[in-house]
Amino acid sequence: MSGAAGTAFDAGTRGAAASERADERSAGAAGDPLLDVRDLAVAFETPRGTVRAVDGVSFAIARGATLGLVGESGSGKSVTSLAILRLLDESARILRGEVWLEGRNLLELPESELREVRGGRIAMIFQEPSTSLDPVFTVGSQIVEAIRLHRPVGRRAAWAEAVEALRMVEIPDPERRVRSYPHELSGGMKQRVMIAIALSCRPALLIADEPTTALDVTIQAQVLALLRDLKQRLGMSMMLITHDLGVVANEADEVAILYAGRIVERAPVRELFRAPAHPYTAALLQSLPRLRERRSRLVAIPGVVPDPARLPSGCRFRDRCPIARERCAAEDPVLRPIAADRLVACHFPAVEPAPGAPARLEDAR
Amino acid sequence: MIEPGGGVAGELVVAEPGPGRRSRWRWRAGISGAVLAFLYLTAAAAPWVALYPPNRQHRDAPNAPPMRLHVNPPARWASESVLYVHPQRLVDSLRRRYEVDRSARIPLRFGARGHLLAPVDPDARVLLVGSDALGRDLYSRLVYGARVSLAVGLVGVAISTVVGMTVGVVAGYSGGWTDNLLMRVCEIMMALPAFYFLLALSAVIPPGLSPAETFLLIVALMSFIRWAGFARVVRGIVAGIRELEYVQAARALGASTPRILLRHVVPAASGYAIVASTLAIPGFILGESALSLLGLGIQEPSTSWGSLLSDAQNLTNLDRYPWILAPGVLIAVTTMAFNFLGDQIRDRLDPRATAER
Repeated sequence: MSGAAGTAFDAGTRGAAASERADERSAGAAGDPLLDVRDLAVAFETPRGTVRAVDGVSFAIARGATLGLVGESGSGKSVTSLAILRLLDESARILRGEVWLEGRNLLELPESELREVRGGRIAMIFQEPSTSLDPVFTVGSQIVEAIRLHRPVGRRAAWAEAVEALRMVEIPDPERRVRSYPHELSGGMKQRVMIAIALSCRPALLIADEPTTALDVTIQAQVLALLRDLKQRLGMSMMLITHDLGVVANEADEVAILYAGRIVERAPVRELFRAPAHPYTAALLQSLPRLRERRSRLVAIPGVVPDPARLPSGCRFRDRCPIARERCAAEDPVLRPIAADRLVACHFPAVEPAPGAPARLEDAR
Repeated sequence: MIEPGGGVAGELVVAEPGPGRRSRWRWRAGISGAVLAFLYLTAAAAPWVALYPPNRQHRDAPNAPPMRLHVNPPARWASESVLYVHPQRLVDSLRRRYEVDRSARIPLRFGARGHLLAPVDPDARVLLVGSDALGRDLYSRLVYGARVSLAVGLVGVAISTVVGMTVGVVAGYSGGWTDNLLMRVCEIMMALPAFYFLLALSAVIPPGLSPAETFLLIVALMSFIRWAGFARVVRGIVAGIRELEYVQAARALGASTPRILLRHVVPAASGYAIVASTLAIPGFILGESALSLLGLGIQEPSTSWGSLLSDAQNLTNLDRYPWILAPGVLIAVTTMAFNFLGDQIRDRLDPRATAER
């Protein structure tokens, strides 16, 4: 795996700074992240003007780790994931940023090399399994197609692998199911097939964009358990996009909370749930239904997500924030460290910066 | 989970269309398919099926009426033949009156003299569908004319489908200004008054061309007008498919654009393409007929159903020799057969009906 990255590096098409970084990477330090997204910004051209859907998002995913990307609709979760693989529409423009994977900046990769990364190193599964499968082919032929896109495998061998892939995602009677058409399968089955397709080339990173939103609650738990199990067996990293904090609590190692195109808080999952630093995170946790407490109504965050074409001055959350002060309107809070592995973009975080914590994000790196 | 073809499936399927409707459509399509197969085989084997070369003139039998086929009693099948006709003789050449000689018989045998069904005597004159003003056997001319008329449909649809599909897929998938440009071209094509445009174009076909060249030119002209409507619908379908998640999923898997187009987009649009092209074939056959009827399509001495039908334009002719309408009947039968077949294919291609088959 790292061998491939090393070869690509040896081809040597990048600048000196990048080479340095790649060198560090192929050395394979323990804390070396698999995916490193830096200051990503994506804009959409709309009739009402340029809309910044993602505005300076940075995060990293370590090998074997799961990052939960949480946010409301329109917060930029899906745009971020699509931008990583440059799968956005023509109406979208990547304004700036870097996406480093195994020593290569994906945003500067030529299309042909990028196609090798798509599906080969980074695979994606989508929210709606019913529409993610081509209705006119059997699931087997779709798995075979995915395998043969990246690996020189014969048709028969690929077909046998497809059966194994279905067995791996715990589909009963895979020899028969491999000949089924998508409409003959239930939603949970289809999502399992999507997972089988995504994992058929053993990617290093799986981006799961709301993988269970379209499924029944019981099936959700099964699919999540399957993903967790496969992630461990195959040693993958995962980027789990969801709006469900419950899912994040169980599955993620680290969480990034997105609000209006920016990360407002990044923290290890336990820390985040124990002591949310950003008022938005706190409000999200407040609004979760709880089994033990007697409450007649769910707590909701007042107001709506701001229109990305008309963002308020200063902090983007201040209209809905219970602790907003004058400074919040005047000054846009930057993402800054408050503890060794915690970042927050708030002037008045609920968790006070630990003494000795670096004052700027750059120092934290 | 519903098992395809399993016992449970039958009970669970609620919204099945009534069995009567389905089976009626099925036999209609079956008959249509058989009729079309018969017609195309006939056209392919024209020299074997026809009794005479298409331009052979029987000078002493102009505008002869069709001869009736008679069946011998089974006892005589071995000694004489199964089928026979009575010879007919021109008695009034001015009024084209014929007299049937019931005392004489012309026996017809299957496979005689290298034909499907022919008189044993090479000099005998058998006019099964009558003859035209020059004494040419209408039956033989219909058989040869079928080659042109039936081929027009297939070749025309092939050209317009390929062009329309290509333009539609490219426009629908790429979007943006490419889409805009291609669709405006389509609209210009569609805004042209098609038939007059066709008339004008066929009027400038150079006269010195061989029949085959003329034929190809006419087909090309008709396809040139018809691809646009097809392209627009395909473009709409493709623009819809492009947004579907499985296309995005294929891109996320690293499939190249040509691959996505050929493997995921074109198959999804092909259901419409098959139905639309089946239903477009009659349009080409009718179009050729119309052009030939007006004397602008296939020219004498070559023949097609349309040019044969042009004889029936004259009301006096039609009144006195009603059999010259025979090519019209064939055109109608072919057109209907293609329409029924297209309808059935459309029903069958519905992917949700797969499990029932």
